[in-house]
Amino acid sequence: MTEKDPREPAAGGSPAGPEKSTAGTSPAPGQAAKPAASASRRGFLSWLVLAWIAFTAAMTAGLTALTRFLFPNVLFEPPSTFKAGPPSEYGIGIVDERWKERFGVWIVRDEEGLYALSTTCTHLGCTPNWLSADEKFKCPCHGSGFYKTGINFEGPAPRPLERYRILLAEDGQVLVDKSRKFQWEKGQWEDPESLLKA
Amino acid sequence: MIDFLKTFINTIAAPEWFVSLAIVVFFVALFWEKLWTPKPALYVLGAAVAFFTVSLLDPNFRSIVTKADNVPIVAMLFLVGFFIWLSMSQAYENDRRIGRGEKPMEASEPVSKVLVWPDLVYTEFICLILFTVLLIVWSIFLKAPLEQPANPGDSPNPSKAPWYFLGLQEMLVYYDPWLAGVVFPSLIVVGLMAIPFIDKNKKGSGYYTFRERKVEITIFLFGFVILWILLIATGTFLRGPNWNFFGPYEFWDVGKLPPLVNINLSEYFWVKWLNTGLPKGWLLREAPGFIVVLLYLLTLPPLLARTLLRKYYEKLGPERYAVMVILLLSMGALPVKMYLRWLFNLKYIIAIPEYFFNI
Repeated sequence: MTEKDPREPAAGGSPAGPEKSTAGTSPAPGQAAKPAASASRRGFLSWLVLAWIAFTAAMTAGLTALTRFLFPNVLFEPPSTFKAGPPSEYGIGIVDERWKERFGVWIVRDEEGLYALSTTCTHLGCTPNWLSADEKFKCPCHGSGFYKTGINFEGPAPRPLERYRILLAEDGQVLVDKSRKFQWEKGQWEDPESLLKA
Repeated sequence: MIDFLKTFINTIAAPEWFVSLAIVVFFVALFWEKLWTPKPALYVLGAAVAFFTVSLLDPNFRSIVTKADNVPIVAMLFLVGFFIWLSMSQAYENDRRIGRGEKPMEASEPVSKVLVWPDLVYTEFICLILFTVLLIVWSIFLKAPLEQPANPGDSPNPSKAPWYFLGLQEMLVYYDPWLAGVVFPSLIVVGLMAIPFIDKNKKGSGYYTFRERKVEITIFLFGFVILWILLIATGTFLRGPNWNFFGPYEFWDVGKLPPLVNINLSEYFWVKWLNTGLPKGWLLREAPGFIVVLLYLLTLPPLLARTLLRKYYEKLGPERYAVMVILLLSMGALPVKMYLRWLFNLKYIIAIPEYFFNI
């Protein structure tokens, strides 16, 4: 019942109905004779082409702008190398947390020398905490645990923490180079640059 | 007495006890017809409310349960319980009717129709207003916690995912990220989409029933209640600092650090059982793990087709059965791995950190 009501006026008052029939039988006179009707078939087509061109142009411009937006003008990244003071500042068996917040690095000294551990958990990338009483790094996200050496022993972390290149700068300070990392499971901790003998 | 009870509940809140208990309760409850009638349900509801009310006297319990983030989870537990009861009670009622040779309840529902406007739209409008009011009042009284600015160098302890992802986060404790974060979630979605194509049981269409769809309903509810809702509740209430388990009345002590040294299967096999060192190459080293996983995925399906799931193999045909059984086995892989971790401290069955491949 309610369906019929809107249909009836549409069938009677639609401008598309009669126009279609004239265009079908005699296109040229039908259009020439009707300059008053604003929407002729040819006119409509050219408008359609224009609209499509405009639409495509707008979309291309929008996508270009979006792509451009993905590459920021200024990229804030902490420098990949930093100086961490003289080696004498680091006591044997102590995990130094001074560089954790700014550079994401723990510097640890054992009997052999100094090494720089990445503060990124190898499971899903959270930042573990150093628990000095229990002598382990413990990740708050899924409970992975690492020894002071960086070796994983608890929870789901599949591999040890990564170590960074560490060397002595010319002025006698410890220099940590984060652009090179050493992974235990690839046997890279044997590399002399992963451990600073000092 | 109260202290003894608290200690007892804290003890059985250890995951191996608590999940085992939940699984037993789940199966007993599902097949216990009497439970799905109003009176026993009211007793259970009363007991749950009493448990929460009495427990709120405990400061540790109160501080976790009344945390603004966790209040809706408590509400969710009650709502999930209620809606499962609602559908199951109708299912059992229909089973009784069908058993007497009658038609299900739904058959006697009136067939008259109502208009979208105004009947439906008005109802929706009123619901909309009521819920807006509820949300405004809620946001005034339970404030969203405002924490310090984001700092990649400082993860909150414990770091919890949004509540609806806590099941996934729990899964991530037992499986490698690519499995628990990519493969399993995709399998959950794909598996749910595959249900109508796998399930050839035509019964139960348009009416609630349990007897005619026992296996289907049991599998679905096990996945939903045990492997999703229970894990969300676990992540919300029982996971504390350093992602350790804490009992409901236990203080969330950052210093509680149970030793959880866990070992890969390769180490168990080569070092503990054979008393040799780990082989150098990963292929030989992880061979026992590969054998276990292949046994699980390749020998269990034909074995089940001949024994436990024989009826389903005949009904579904080989292709449908293969899809169904692989989905079922991947679903079962989660509790299997959870128990292996809790009971044997097993870390990974296959562990190849060289290629980021761990199972």
